[in-house]
Amino acid sequence: MTTSYQTQSSTPIHIPTPLRKFTGGHATIGAQGDTVGDALDDLTQQFPVLKQHLYNDEGVLRSFVNVYRNDEDIRYLDGENTPLAVTDTLSIVPSIAGGCLD
Amino acid sequence: MMRTSPDILDAIRAHGQTAYPEECCGFLLGHATAENNHVVAVAPVENRQSENRERRYTITPEDYHAADCRARRQSLDIVGFYHSHPDHPARPSATDLAEATFPGYTYVIVSIRDGHPADLTAWSLAADRSRFNAEAIDLLPATIPTP
Repeated sequence: MTTSYQTQSSTPIHIPTPLRKFTGGHATIGAQGDTVGDALDDLTQQFPVLKQHLYNDEGVLRSFVNVYRNDEDIRYLDGENTPLAVTDTLSIVPSIAGGCLD
Repeated sequence: MMRTSPDILDAIRAHGQTAYPEECCGFLLGHATAENNHVVAVAPVENRQSENRERRYTITPEDYHAADCRARRQSLDIVGFYHSHPDHPARPSATDLAEATFPGYTYVIVSIRDGHPADLTAWSLAADRSRFNAEAIDLLPATIPTP
């Protein structure tokens, strides 16, 4: 069941299905911040266990983790410095790959 | 554990057969509970790998985001992915492990032998990301139609 938890003037962040076990089952979490990076920081402060899933040991977003502001990949905007407006939403979006080649 | 119905598995096998000798890929849609990923539909997606599609597959974040938005409009979630291994066993490769995403998704692999579906298996990434664990498939008798 899709549920959400957010406060006024926060940016909704859509959480991928497997990570919702760490957000109390909530599909959307509200996070404070003027930039994407600030909002992600707030998200991982609210739910510290998310950090190990989103970031590698160097503190950089894992290679398969992408972040969308509305329908745009922040990679093509200003990365984690991308500004947030009150109407924006964020989505954590994995890129998927593999195959039988060892 | 993955819970689904035979027609879902047949749709995955059929996609693998159509894509042969290239790898196919797609999304598993449904609902996640503490005990299992209940898959009620599949959404095929184009293999965006630019070369060597017989041995590799890629689902871009653009395709994931679009599929996720469509799923949400149907009150469904992306609970996993499927892909085919043409003329290879239905078990995760080193590439599958290296490219794995979040633990908790179900990864279905269907082996296609000489153009025909063979074994179909389900896997989930260990919490420490060290390996894939085999996931049981609990078959239900019926489901909603695949979109």
